[in-house]
Amino acid sequence: MLLADVNETFWFPPKASTFAQETDSFFMAIMWISTFFFVLIVGVMLYFMTQYRRRPGYRGDSRALHNNALEITWTVIPTIIVIWIFARGVYGYMDMVRPPAETIDINVTARKWDWSFQYPNGAISDTLHVPVNKAVRLRMRSVDVLHSFFVPAFRAKTDLVPGRVTTMWFEPIQEGIYDLFCTEYCGDQHSEMIKRQGVFVTSYDEYEQWLAEAAKPPTHPVAHGYWLYARRGCKSCHSVEPDRRIVGPSFAKSYGESLTTSTGESVVFDENYIRESILNPQAKAREGYQNASQMPSYQGQLTEDELMAITAFLQAMKQDDFISVVADEDGLTKEDAISLGFGDEEDSAETAEAGAQEETAEGDGTRPESEEASGEATSPDAEQDQ
Amino acid sequence: MSAVPADSARAQQEERENFLVFSKGFLSWALTLDHKRIGLMYLIGVMSAFFLAGILALLIRLELMTPTNTYMNNQTYNQIFTLHGAIMVFLFIIPSVPAALGNFLVPIMLGAKDVAFPRLNLCSFYLWVSGAIFFLAAMFYTGLDTGWTFYTPYSTTTQGPVVAATLGVFILGFSSIFTGLNFIVTINTMRPPGMSWFKMPLFLWATYATSIIQVLATPVLGITVLLLAAERLMHIGIFDPEYNGDPVTYQHFFWFYSHPAVYIMILPGMGIISELMSVHSHKSIFGYRFIAYSSIAIALFGFLVWGHHMFTSGMADVTTIIFSALTFTVSIPSAIKVFNWLATMYKGTVQLNTPMLYALSFIFLFTIGGLTGLWLGALSTDRVLHDTYFVVAHFHYVMVGGTLVGFLGGVFHWWPKMTGKMFSELWGKVSCALVFIGFNLTFLPQFVLGSRGMPRRYAQYVPEFQELHVISSIGAFILGIGLFVALGVVIHSLMRGRKAPPNPWGGATLEWQCSSPPPYYNFATPPRVNDPYDYTPLEYRDAERGWEYVHPPTTDTPATEPEPART
Repeated sequence: MLLADVNETFWFPPKASTFAQETDSFFMAIMWISTFFFVLIVGVMLYFMTQYRRRPGYRGDSRALHNNALEITWTVIPTIIVIWIFARGVYGYMDMVRPPAETIDINVTARKWDWSFQYPNGAISDTLHVPVNKAVRLRMRSVDVLHSFFVPAFRAKTDLVPGRVTTMWFEPIQEGIYDLFCTEYCGDQHSEMIKRQGVFVTSYDEYEQWLAEAAKPPTHPVAHGYWLYARRGCKSCHSVEPDRRIVGPSFAKSYGESLTTSTGESVVFDENYIRESILNPQAKAREGYQNASQMPSYQGQLTEDELMAITAFLQAMKQDDFISVVADEDGLTKEDAISLGFGDEEDSAETAEAGAQEETAEGDGTRPESEEASGEATSPDAEQDQ
Repeated sequence: MSAVPADSARAQQEERENFLVFSKGFLSWALTLDHKRIGLMYLIGVMSAFFLAGILALLIRLELMTPTNTYMNNQTYNQIFTLHGAIMVFLFIIPSVPAALGNFLVPIMLGAKDVAFPRLNLCSFYLWVSGAIFFLAAMFYTGLDTGWTFYTPYSTTTQGPVVAATLGVFILGFSSIFTGLNFIVTINTMRPPGMSWFKMPLFLWATYATSIIQVLATPVLGITVLLLAAERLMHIGIFDPEYNGDPVTYQHFFWFYSHPAVYIMILPGMGIISELMSVHSHKSIFGYRFIAYSSIAIALFGFLVWGHHMFTSGMADVTTIIFSALTFTVSIPSAIKVFNWLATMYKGTVQLNTPMLYALSFIFLFTIGGLTGLWLGALSTDRVLHDTYFVVAHFHYVMVGGTLVGFLGGVFHWWPKMTGKMFSELWGKVSCALVFIGFNLTFLPQFVLGSRGMPRRYAQYVPEFQELHVISSIGAFILGIGLFVALGVVIHSLMRGRKAPPNPWGGATLEWQCSSPPPYYNFATPPRVNDPYDYTPLEYRDAERGWEYVHPPTTDTPATEPEPART
């Protein structure tokens, strides 16, 4: 964490990827060129302003002036300079759009207003974990509107365009925790579509360990439901505190209640209502929420087991003690779950470790076979280069 | 002395025939075909729009004093920055110089009585008014939150009044096309004998170049917003991926207009600066042909660079590189202009009055705006800076530091001509100083914010950016005060201003040959066409008489008898 601040300067965030050195020194090179011309222009302007100002006893010369040599000079010199700037910009850009042959591929899904990352071992998380000194390639899609992935410390940014798959790559060079911002305006919570301290660059071993842990959801349905709630984008719009509205309705104290839809119909918030609201969110929008930004459908993105787990979690959200635990700062931790009786008792330290080792053996840090095929399908450019 | 009654008789006639008071009553203004009255009405209109959008800017800066929501929630913030951007772009900057000052000046600079199509001109004004009402009503009624760019698919799915707002833009587009068309025809056909293309004032060259863009590019905007409305209403499937459309197509369509529109905004400002630098340096403009050609070059190159708004959108690599190369070509003509303006001062007699100080501020600020474009045209740095505050600062340096400051310089320069009243030099200079300081304080910190990674259009932000945001907000309020002082100066001038002589600054373009304010017919006799930047025959008399010709300027037209003025 402290490491992240080491390279922070007046102009730049930490230099945490291989792009940073080139982009920053290029930035400063343009800065010096610009400073030179700015000082020249403003210096000449100030000199002329004082030297030739109207004053008693001074008479200027108002004859027409014209000098082709001068015109050519101040056309040609800037032209040469901008050609150099253009060329160096292309040089840096080619590096940014040409990933190396060996990359760790992570699938990124953006939705209003959260990010979701799917790792090579299938783990899904709402934070980005990458190992240091390994090239990472992101295969990105958006399910609703335009978003843009920007990690300032990596000097890397690419838009996510619905209906297309965009890719980007970077290679972190410094362990630390960084911020991720959405930089394409996407509506109400655009400025909260950030991962504050949500990009983790760790050693390869730590990364593998985290990956193994992240691939294992809790087995107890309630804990599993919360786990999904925190990772799959629910929590950016639905709060767990009673009556606190972020965008959609709060999840607290909803289960079993009867409510009115925007069409005036009366429905009970039960298993089937929950299921329908996840798979076809606009079918029975709640009254008062018809003007809220529309929730995208999760059809095909959650399994039946996961839907059941979310239902169990929502059911548990009736209880005050559960709400108070979930709504506190660190959410539902493993200890909280155990103390409330939702924990996985059998989830001992050995099994976790064994799982981690198993994952290490499997995922060798390069693109797994199954990912290879889809990589070809989605980004022929990247493949060409290999 | 016999001269005195003759003088006073002439003064009385001027008083009676000046365009402001020649005919009275609401309808004499509402149905006027006089380009000067239409120009003044535009001036009031665009200044009201600017006032409104300026207040919104201050609300935004106030909210951004703290990292979290202070007094606005996210939705309100999004609506306010959308309103600010949309009003500034469509209702203020685009019509500011061409429609307001251009309408007043183009015919007079040509020594003509009016534009080629006076009725079209009035029609254009009413289109602007109705477009503005439509647009504002739509946005204030339910709140548009798409940003002024209307990017799909957000704009096709959000709940705001997108269709109504796009129709407002459509109507405003026609106003802009009519104005451009009118000026092209006027400048082509109504130049007086002796005024060849290269004897035209540079303001006219800039207006001509702007008009070409207005006529060629604005229809594309019209089509784009119509398609957007059709997509929203009928799901025609061109922009919305849900119906097999592509959002990047929308961006191409939109920027195909909106990048040339940037030059609709800045070229007339450059035209003003060319006039101001020459007149207030009392010296012929340096490199006339280069400035004239560079206006046309900017207009043409400006059509080819729209892709630089989309370097991160996922365009093909080759396309991206070509757009980067083209983008740099447009920087050269702008640099040529700056160097020529500077050379104009060389060995001149520089009068540091209010319009000139605004012009010099323009050069300072526009230079920063132009140079920071280098980072954004270069691909690798743009990948980092795109959609951050660096971009916000860059385009405000060009649009506000350039166009607005140029516009204010132009308003002060031609104010005595338009109203016949002089303004307070002291307070004019104070306004310029406050605007200059406030502006830099607002936007310089934003470059640093951007390079540190602060994204645009954020209602809330991470706390380490707060310090720079606070400095920026303080700057914005100083800038606001400066603009209020400027408003105070012109209002005071209207009420208490000393009578302006026909030529208070010593300008050699034709508008300075008629009285201030001009009579409704502009010129009783065809004015003498001379070199617009030859100041040798002009001499300063006194504050009351201003500058006068010591001997008649050389003329290419035979002296003719004045035609009797007809009403």
